[in-house]
Amino acid sequence: MKSKLVLFIVGFIVWSLLTWPLDFQHLVVGLIVAAFVAFITGDLFSRRPHHFGHITRYIWFCYYVPMFLWSCLKANIDVALRVLNPKLPINPGIVKVKTTLKSDTGLTFLANSITLTPGTLCVDIDGEKGVLYIHWIDVKTQDTDKATELIVRPFEKILKKIFE
Amino acid sequence: MQQIIGYMFIVVGLGFDVFGCIGLLRLPDVYNRLQATTKCVTLGTCSILLGTFVLKGLGTTGVKAILVAIFLLLTSPVAAHALARGAHKSGVKLWPKSVVDKYGEDGN
Repeated sequence: MKSKLVLFIVGFIVWSLLTWPLDFQHLVVGLIVAAFVAFITGDLFSRRPHHFGHITRYIWFCYYVPMFLWSCLKANIDVALRVLNPKLPINPGIVKVKTTLKSDTGLTFLANSITLTPGTLCVDIDGEKGVLYIHWIDVKTQDTDKATELIVRPFEKILKKIFE
Repeated sequence: MQQIIGYMFIVVGLGFDVFGCIGLLRLPDVYNRLQATTKCVTLGTCSILLGTFVLKGLGTTGVKAILVAIFLLLTSPVAAHALARGAHKSGVKLWPKSVVDKYGEDGN
């Protein structure tokens, strides 16, 4: 029930933004559509809806967004320099890293963050064993623990506070 | 001033999109190409959308541009992930000079 309510609110906000600027007719239709969608698919949206009520999670999320955008920018400059370099300095390979995150949302965000940060692309996740396979454009170490330290740690600390 | 900042964002975005396309042509195998296209094209396109937002302000177009940028940031890595996994599962080999393939070694 709580999950349905959260989905209703999120859906209604997205609808309002899509039909910006706000006006009465759009809002009424939005209420009906959001309620309908929440009624049908609400239970799939979140398994632990009480997490949406924790204020600290939002604060950590606000810290996570600029950090993520900054590493995303660094990633772009890194790839651009590699691509423009006449020697094409790449040393690719698929390495294995470990994660302690358990929740689906947390793992999804971790994989997305890894994909958009310098030189790494998530290939597969094994949620039960907590293992991610990462394609690395410039392999610095083949050791699982060292690679974990380099790729996963910076994000894992924050994502743990947001999603676990 | 608003116009200058907006156009700067759009020019930077177009630049990153071009680098992504050069990467798509120059890099050797499907995984490396995905690296270039996902990163550069995501941020490039987001930058263009942000430029649109700065130019148009909080109107119909601007708000939609920001919303599209958020959806793009959430979905484009998932698409890259699916493509990379699908390529590996269907037996696309890594570039011969690749140093390690832990995924293949673990029998996937």
